Amino acid sequence: MLNIENIRKDFPIFSRKVNGKPLVYFDNAATSQTPTQVIDVIVDYYSNYNANIHRGVHSLSQEATDKYEQARLKIQKHFNAKHSHEIIMTSGTTHGINLVANGFSSFLKKGDEVLVSALEHHSNIVPWQMLCERSGTTLRVIPMNQDGELIMSEYDQLLSEKTKLVFVNHISNALGTINPIKYIIDKAHSFGAAVLVDGAQACPHLKPDLQQLDVDFYVASAHKMCGPTGVGMLYGKEEWLKKLPPYQGGGEMIAEVTFEKTTYADLPHKFEAGTPNICGGIAFGAAIDYLNHIGFDAIESYEHELLEYATEKLSEIDGLKIYGTSKHKTSVVSFNLEEIHPYDVGTILDKMGIAVRTGHHCAQPIMDYFKIPGTVRASFAFYNTKQEIDALVEGVKKAKAMLS
Amino acid sequence: MTIKEIQEEIIDEFSMFEDWEERYQYMIDLGKTLPLIDEQYKTEENIIKGCQSKVWVYAEMENDKVIFTADSDAIITKGIIAILIRVFSNQSPKDIIEADTGFIDEIGLKEHLSPTRANGLVSMIKQLKMYAIAYQTQLN
Repeated sequence: MLNIENIRKDFPIFSRKVNGKPLVYFDNAATSQTPTQVIDVIVDYYSNYNANIHRGVHSLSQEATDKYEQARLKIQKHFNAKHSHEIIMTSGTTHGINLVANGFSSFLKKGDEVLVSALEHHSNIVPWQMLCERSGTTLRVIPMNQDGELIMSEYDQLLSEKTKLVFVNHISNALGTINPIKYIIDKAHSFGAAVLVDGAQACPHLKPDLQQLDVDFYVASAHKMCGPTGVGMLYGKEEWLKKLPPYQGGGEMIAEVTFEKTTYADLPHKFEAGTPNICGGIAFGAAIDYLNHIGFDAIESYEHELLEYATEKLSEIDGLKIYGTSKHKTSVVSFNLEEIHPYDVGTILDKMGIAVRTGHHCAQPIMDYFKIPGTVRASFAFYNTKQEIDALVEGVKKAKAMLS
Repeated sequence: MTIKEIQEEIIDEFSMFEDWEERYQYMIDLGKTLPLIDEQYKTEENIIKGCQSKVWVYAEMENDKVIFTADSDAIITKGIIAILIRVFSNQSPKDIIEADTGFIDEIGLKEHLSPTRANGLVSMIKQLKMYAIAYQTQLN
């Protein structure tokens, strides 16, 4: 059992008011809030050992390097990667996807196919479209059903010897659907295709075991996991990362440079050109410690309780329709009020101090499927409460009364 | 009335509202009641895509004054459009080009004109001015 009252004390932001009301923060799928345990690490870094890493012989640099590499080990352990050099520090999920898409284009030729799911975020569509344009590869889409679930029988049909790569998110940001990624990975492998899983939405809620999943690439962002923005990780199987060409050139990623030829550094540095987000990386490690201290089993079961409570209470409102009704979903409720634009609902909720996301959530194809301009999305984290959900329900009722 | 006078009138009206609810209810009612644009002008050509709500703007010139009509799929956005149209429509191109939108701050709607709001209103105001510039060029 989580002691939510105590947990909330870890987050200084919950003591502030928004528009004169206590903040109710339900935009966790966009970014999570940051606990003191992570903020302190950031302050400590800049106060005590700010230095560039991997190069300096001086003590500060050594200290910063140690802490940064410790963070990589924490990430490796958390995700159960086989080697720490399979963890590439990135600026976030989008960076990781672009790194793989860019490198993968050299393996593809005309006539090859890559599969993407209908549930993707734009950041997991656009880089692959760019890749397909460059390489003449065909992009095919795994469709979804009315509940917002990918249709696995259609996926089976789409797979063939031509399929080289499948990319799918672990959890949909717009609807909260948990995709059957183990099935998707195993099936793709039986055709010799590689799989990239976008874990941005999954990692705040569950702890993926990357070796057990046998996934080829997995990407995540720290800022959705109680860490800072501008840092994330790309996991790649060693054999893939060795094959992939470097993404960006610069310092740190080289072994030897002459004007005739440059040899690249070993993993993971081959993909880490330039000075990284050192403080962010260290704070990412602290965020992982924090989440593990709370415990993912407890997080999962409590968030599920919040999801069920919110679904039940919101469903009681006449004319409210929930999008994404899979049995397998995380604590995201995407909804609309009949005949009312989500922007209007979001605006009224904001006036009441309730932060939700409105719009297409960077997933326009999903909105087109449901023939809606967007939704109101309330996404819950382990530090939210049922009282806050009550406030949301009251807010939605008020918005409905004002806007109808 | 000049643009300045209309703006002052609107500031006056809004000063009577006691809280955000009254202000927003007023805008919502404005958004609901006003027919803002002829359906035939709600075309792709006249659309300004915000990230969240869509805005349509159409302009024509009558007796050297620019007449604007506009619409949105979100009602609060539509209410704000109604206010903007009241200020800018039926004015000379020169006055429209020179007008500022500071009054929006004074009536407590500043956040809707922030570029991050992505409702299309910032682009809409730009578009109103572009139309005015185009008509001004014609007059010259």
